[in-house]
Amino acid sequence: MSGNVWVFAEQWRGRISEITYEALALGKELAGALQVPLEAILLGHNVLPLAGTLGKADTVLAGEHPALAELVPGLYAEALAALVEERAPCAVLIPLTNISLGMGTLLAARLHLPSVNFCQDVRAAAAGIEARCVLYGGKIESRVTAAGTPAIFGIWSGARSPEAGRSDRAPSVEEVRVTVPDDTRVRLKRYIEPEAGDVDITRQEVLVAVGRGIQSPENLALAEDLARSLGGAVCASRPVIDQGWLPLSRQVGKSGLTVKPKLYVALGISGAPEHVEGMRDSSLIVAVNSDPRAPIFGVAHYGIVGDVLEVLPALTAAIEARKEAHSHA
Amino acid sequence: MNILVLLRMVPDVVEELEIAPGGKALDADLLRMMLSESDGHALEEALLLKERYGGVVTVLALDAPEVDDALFTALAKGADRAVKISDAGENPTTLEAAYTFAGWIAGQPDLAYADVILTGVQAIDDLDGLLAPLVAHQMRLPYLGIVTRLAVDVPGRVATAIKEYPGGVRGEFDVDLPAVFGIQAAEKPPRYVPVAKVRAAMKSRQIESVPAPTLAEAGPSLVNVVAMEKPQPAEWAAMLEGSPEQVSGKVCEILAGTGLL
Amino acid sequence: MGHPILAPVESETCQLTLENLSRFPEGSELLSCIQCGACAGTCPYGDVMDYPPRRMIAMMRAGLLEKVFASDSLLSCVACYACMAKCPRGIRLTEVLLPLMKEQTLTHLPELPAELQRALQSTLRYGNPMGEPSRKRAAWVKTAGVPIRILAEDPRPADVLWFVECYTSFYPRGQDNSRATARIFHALGIDFAILGNEEKCAGECGRLTWEPGLFETLMDYNMAVFQKYRFHRVVTSCPHAHNAFKNRYPALGFNWGLDHTTPFLAGYLAQLKPLLRRKLSYAVTYHDSCCLGRQNEFYDPPRLLLQTIPGVKLVEMVHNRVNSICCGGGGGGMWLDTYFKAKGYERLSERRVKEAVATGADVLAVSCPYEVPRFEDALKVLGHDKKMIVRDVTELLAESMEGNP
Repeated sequence: MSGNVWVFAEQWRGRISEITYEALALGKELAGALQVPLEAILLGHNVLPLAGTLGKADTVLAGEHPALAELVPGLYAEALAALVEERAPCAVLIPLTNISLGMGTLLAARLHLPSVNFCQDVRAAAAGIEARCVLYGGKIESRVTAAGTPAIFGIWSGARSPEAGRSDRAPSVEEVRVTVPDDTRVRLKRYIEPEAGDVDITRQEVLVAVGRGIQSPENLALAEDLARSLGGAVCASRPVIDQGWLPLSRQVGKSGLTVKPKLYVALGISGAPEHVEGMRDSSLIVAVNSDPRAPIFGVAHYGIVGDVLEVLPALTAAIEARKEAHSHA
Repeated sequence: MNILVLLRMVPDVVEELEIAPGGKALDADLLRMMLSESDGHALEEALLLKERYGGVVTVLALDAPEVDDALFTALAKGADRAVKISDAGENPTTLEAAYTFAGWIAGQPDLAYADVILTGVQAIDDLDGLLAPLVAHQMRLPYLGIVTRLAVDVPGRVATAIKEYPGGVRGEFDVDLPAVFGIQAAEKPPRYVPVAKVRAAMKSRQIESVPAPTLAEAGPSLVNVVAMEKPQPAEWAAMLEGSPEQVSGKVCEILAGTGLL
Repeated sequence: MGHPILAPVESETCQLTLENLSRFPEGSELLSCIQCGACAGTCPYGDVMDYPPRRMIAMMRAGLLEKVFASDSLLSCVACYACMAKCPRGIRLTEVLLPLMKEQTLTHLPELPAELQRALQSTLRYGNPMGEPSRKRAAWVKTAGVPIRILAEDPRPADVLWFVECYTSFYPRGQDNSRATARIFHALGIDFAILGNEEKCAGECGRLTWEPGLFETLMDYNMAVFQKYRFHRVVTSCPHAHNAFKNRYPALGFNWGLDHTTPFLAGYLAQLKPLLRRKLSYAVTYHDSCCLGRQNEFYDPPRLLLQTIPGVKLVEMVHNRVNSICCGGGGGGMWLDTYFKAKGYERLSERRVKEAVATGADVLAVSCPYEVPRFEDALKVLGHDKKMIVRDVTELLAESMEGNP
């Protein structure tokens, strides 16, 4: 197979998105197996300073253009298409996020290339490159091959640890000329920052859920601490809401909201079906309960039998310690 | 204003999915199909636009099991016209669906200038791409996805769209019409329509059944499924044991391993 | 005892609607209302309703119904039959007027409460309000410990078609009730079978929850399934299903014998007695469910069964039999907890549980599958879950049967 492995380095508001690092980790493995270089494609306006964070790639191809200041999928797809045609990579890995969603599909359509969505893994196989895709809301995994190169792979969060995609190494940076069509049909007017009101738990990636095991409203602060450490929000099962300890907008379950976060930490929640109905599709569920036979352990991926009030502070401390260690690494 | 909503039926994942002999597809005999969740939001947003600005809402779907129920429900909710494209092939890929939708729209003089084309932001079986950008590409129209709100300047032919970003940030875009939008969520949850109204629509309304367009561009699929499998469900959580400090350390490792830390 | 079955209202030519209400005997009864207010006084949510039944009738006579529809307070009607039971004129409010009014209120609501909407949509699609897979409805059968015949697999005629219903099929504590029922049926040598995955919710709460179309769809479906098989009578674990089969399904040709599990088992008292060997040293108080009690006057059968269990001491709550306080789950209340909470209404299940705890009993015995989750939750919320447990009458019977050879 000829051509390099590419990772689209998605940047937004001056930052590289986390899934980009996941894609870089994945791309590095693929490039290694194919014995070709890994290249990160960094497009935008005034983005050169970000190239240094992409050391996992052998080379960063950086393209500056004022028209790329905001990530309009159609414009980015056109700019990428020109580069792909010119340099013929063997695979393009694109993070699937709200920021650039649709860009990969447009790129593939524009060049009549195969596009594979929802990839959790992409590896070299006898028949070319094979992807493992998560379909039907996680109920089915498909192994998929693409006919023709380069194939465009949409990388789903959780493919690799983003840590594995970071490197202190300085990549070589090659500035490339990008062409962007004169198309202003989609124009960003402004960003609207989140309001200071209550959080929308259906849109959180991490939720720390408390049940009756939290025992008193004073203990909610412990859950808030953990949520803050994980970058998420606190929600609850009905008994806690009924007590008036948290507003209705935080209730998960039959009577409340249905949530599908990437991480759901269930603390002192027995797992009554009314509650489980609202959270069973969470990607990763960690449950702490004093009852070893609590039904929550039937839906959780990981379980801890113990006193919530003991485990909670220990968990927050462990996470803080780990974050501290990494920020100094 | 002409509002067109593209609807797709997807497997209902509440019911157990089974893999067909051969291991490359779902067992169609055991599948129940339902309207893709975000397509339901696209329909709701279309009905809200109609209520606000007037116009005609046309829902367009490919023939599939239970699609008539979805289309009659759309009519009962307030759609003006329901069109079903027959013989578009069994289990079309998203790319094939996009070609069929775009090909059919192009052949309709009255719909060729649809001002707003809405569909769900993504479906659970979008293996080879997303519908909204594919249709936009085919029709040479602008595309914006993850949209949660639309306002339209009808005479000015511009839509103001709210797109969601991570962390609760939203972006406000102006998009020249006609355009294709991938709807993440309507401004309010899809409305409830009493079953009696759906039953009445089944008696009094018509679904227009039209043949699939002849497509010049559809070639062999570029994406091949080698194998499908069900991830083994964890019957019971993997239990972590030890002191609070020990189990916390183990949780940290798990979170780091899945990229959550 | 009981009331005559309503005239068929499903046929399109003579549909009972609010507009033509007075042309039907059920409707012309309304004209006899003396505005005494007994209905409003007995209504558990009468104090929070903009228009309790008495005012509703007055507004109707005055041609001011639109005002009633514009208020969402009728959502708080939990179809408890209390107003109907107390009406000196015998006006069948819960059966006739309230469902018609609710149907209209639904179409006037700007937005249906999400919880209720989800339950209605799930009932239509999966045949159960929880949105559980329809193909797993009979999954509990494997855990029953006794053989249970599913008609789709073995369609030989059966004496009893046991209509299990939703909470008793899917909800873990409801399955306890089903397992107990199966073991008792088996021990009594009853020739019974179930519909398994072919069964769908009988739909009674669809009707009382504003959704006649949903109810009709479910009736059509279940009748078609019934007609595939041969059996003598239907016994159901759910008083709501019993209600629907008794009052509504006959219009579509339902003419089999009918019973609810509790009165059905009370008919086997002599055969049960020798099986109940284990002494249960519980003080038990019995909650009369609205459908089983006020609607069907099955007050004694559950009490007889409980008193047959060795060791059980039966104590009564202040409100019992016809005066029983609703658990709040009927008429759609099962899916309006959040709505009631947001409105600041007291939860009826909590009101009821306080009375139960006051009796000093160890066990709150029930006969309706809605009540187990509602009362267990109320006990938890009030912090009484160490003092009192909730058990279906069948669960207590099965517990007393344990240890039998």
